[in-house]
Amino acid sequence: MFRFLRDHGIIERNLILMGVLTLITVSIGGLVQIVPLFTIETTIERVEGVRPYTPLELAGRDIYVREGCYTCHSQMVRPFRDEAERYGPYSLAAESMFDHPFQWGSKRTGPDLARLGGKYSDDWHAAHLRSPRALVPESVMPPYAFLDRPLDTGSMKARLAAQKALGTPYTDEMVANAAADLEAQARPDAEGAGFAGRYARARQGSFDGNPAVVTEMDALVAYLQMLGTLVQFRDVTPEQVRQQ
Amino acid sequence: MAVAGYADPAAGPVPERDFEMVEAPIRAFAIATVFWGVVGFLVGVTIASELAWPLLNLDLEWTTFGRLRPVHTSAVIFAFGGNALICTSLYVVQKTCRARLFGGEDMGWFLFWGYQFFIVTAALGYVLGVTQGKEYAEPEWYVDLFLTVVWVAYLIAFGGTILRRQEPHIYVANWFYLAFIITIAMLHLVNNAALPVGGGSGQSYIVWSGVQDAMIQWWYGHNAVGFFLTAGFLGMMYYFIPKQAERPVYSYRLSIVHFWTLIFLYIWAGPHHLHYTALPDWAQTLGMVFSIVLWMPSWGGMINGLMTLSGAWDKLRTNPALRFSVTAVGFYGMSTFEGPVMSIKAVNSLSHYTDWTIGHVHSGAMGWVGFITFGAMYYLFPKLWRKSALYSEKLVSWHFWLATLGIVFYITAMWVSGIMQGLMWRSYDELGFLQYSFVETVAAMHPYYVIRMFGGLLYLSGALIMVYNLWKTVRSEALAEQAYAAQPGFAPAAAE
Repeated sequence: MFRFLRDHGIIERNLILMGVLTLITVSIGGLVQIVPLFTIETTIERVEGVRPYTPLELAGRDIYVREGCYTCHSQMVRPFRDEAERYGPYSLAAESMFDHPFQWGSKRTGPDLARLGGKYSDDWHAAHLRSPRALVPESVMPPYAFLDRPLDTGSMKARLAAQKALGTPYTDEMVANAAADLEAQARPDAEGAGFAGRYARARQGSFDGNPAVVTEMDALVAYLQMLGTLVQFRDVTPEQVRQQ
Repeated sequence: MAVAGYADPAAGPVPERDFEMVEAPIRAFAIATVFWGVVGFLVGVTIASELAWPLLNLDLEWTTFGRLRPVHTSAVIFAFGGNALICTSLYVVQKTCRARLFGGEDMGWFLFWGYQFFIVTAALGYVLGVTQGKEYAEPEWYVDLFLTVVWVAYLIAFGGTILRRQEPHIYVANWFYLAFIITIAMLHLVNNAALPVGGGSGQSYIVWSGVQDAMIQWWYGHNAVGFFLTAGFLGMMYYFIPKQAERPVYSYRLSIVHFWTLIFLYIWAGPHHLHYTALPDWAQTLGMVFSIVLWMPSWGGMINGLMTLSGAWDKLRTNPALRFSVTAVGFYGMSTFEGPVMSIKAVNSLSHYTDWTIGHVHSGAMGWVGFITFGAMYYLFPKLWRKSALYSEKLVSWHFWLATLGIVFYITAMWVSGIMQGLMWRSYDELGFLQYSFVETVAAMHPYYVIRMFGGLLYLSGALIMVYNLWKTVRSEALAEQAYAAQPGFAPAAAE
């Protein structure tokens, strides 16, 4: 029965053979689990409403990534009664289909943020980010007052172009207008017709309370305020969300 | 029976060829291991304190938990663990192959400085907010590319040394090191595939998105555990425990079964990090089933390590360094039982997102990875610096008990806080409303965060005692060994 163990000497004497067999052995699991996620169409639910991030939201998301928010906050509501009541409908794969990288997270030192959008006012978010314990005394979150500095928008067009190259459905028009759309969203008095035409359900506003300067705070709050708001769950049918 | 595979009677005695080991870069790697260990533990204590007392964030952007947490995880996994792995693998491969390192001293120094440069650029980046935002794979694309170059050189140095070997067989420790090097290369390249934004910005976007990115991330993330923190350190176990116990590996057959089943099964376990998420159910179920099956090879390896002490258990009383190595295997057994339990979906629905996960990973990292490394360092420092013994075995005992106590404080605090947190999130009052607001669960964590910080402090104190002890060992004139150079060629433990 253990004959193959005696033959193992052949492998033990041949580095190349051992290396190749090792590579084959460790490749199988990943191939079986990863490749079908790209080929099975039902992996992503067929719901309506998910669109690429506006330039301001994308800039905010980049700040979310930069600050490592995912080390304390998840963005993935699980299909449990308590999570549905605490946060809202459970998260769909479709809702993060344009997320490079995904930010589902793995830890809830703070609450889940997948359905945060619209729960609090812009003012609340800006004040809370500047000084979390001023609003929530028990909070252990660090203060992010330093985000009240001008947003670096220099590479905005390049960022959208890179996302487009990776398959996010930005149009050429969206890429060309990246900087203008960012300005338009952060200044409520700006002409926003073009912007609104390009991005559905996107809100213009002075997110940090100061319309004069577009800050990192503006971008982050704009991002937090759209989280989980794109899919209209009352219109979703069971057939649309069925995964194989 | 246990050693049959290593003896090859037909081949007759192999004529011995003299070889001069490359040692100076290995000494540097050993120092770096200890140095980065202390840095990693210190940052860990710092961020644990920030969670207990948020004032310690100091209101600075560079010291927030979000930016320092990757510094802690990378310092412990890649700097402390990585230097320990490269250090011991380059030592073990030369000893067990009776061959000089391929590429010689220059190769060793390239690997050393290349790897340290990777660590420093990655860590500086985190503090300044340069990150890809993927757990345990935070360095940006240019740092990833640089690491790829160093890693390929490492594979060439390691494989090249094996090809020069004077032993007919490749010793089992080297199988594990080899699997670690190959698999980490594969994981690193796929998970970090990214498109630089360009336009003067160092930023990039990961090629994968959403659910596929999640699967690839945890295929990588769990196997950073499986191959970086397990397979590589099992290589350490298979060399240093037999050497310290002066006994052959318990079972050669078990080594073979252990090796192939472990590397085959581990790679499937990633989806248990994504239970009840938007990842399709079939993938979650596969991840759960394979995680449970993985319990078997893990304990097979544990048995092989522990039973190597058959007939030499008394050495635990007299050799405190061996005590570290053996306790490490005990912690390995414990966390590889806890892991499969937590991968069961029903358990995971409670444990996921809580401190239980943090406790689990620390029993593995502090108990298994840390202890097996301390055991190896206590063995290697006298050998590498030509000393007859350590400066003080008593201090090793102090280190051992402080560190063990620290782990116990740490993991019990995290068990209690994690399970409590999970239960509070899902508890309902008599009217059918959620009983606790989220922030009430945060407030309830405070005492456990303090205990956790205290446990980490004990662990750090133990490591500082080790630094003092190793420093005194290296500097001691009295311990200088004369005869080392004249020792006969090395024969692997299992062949004796």
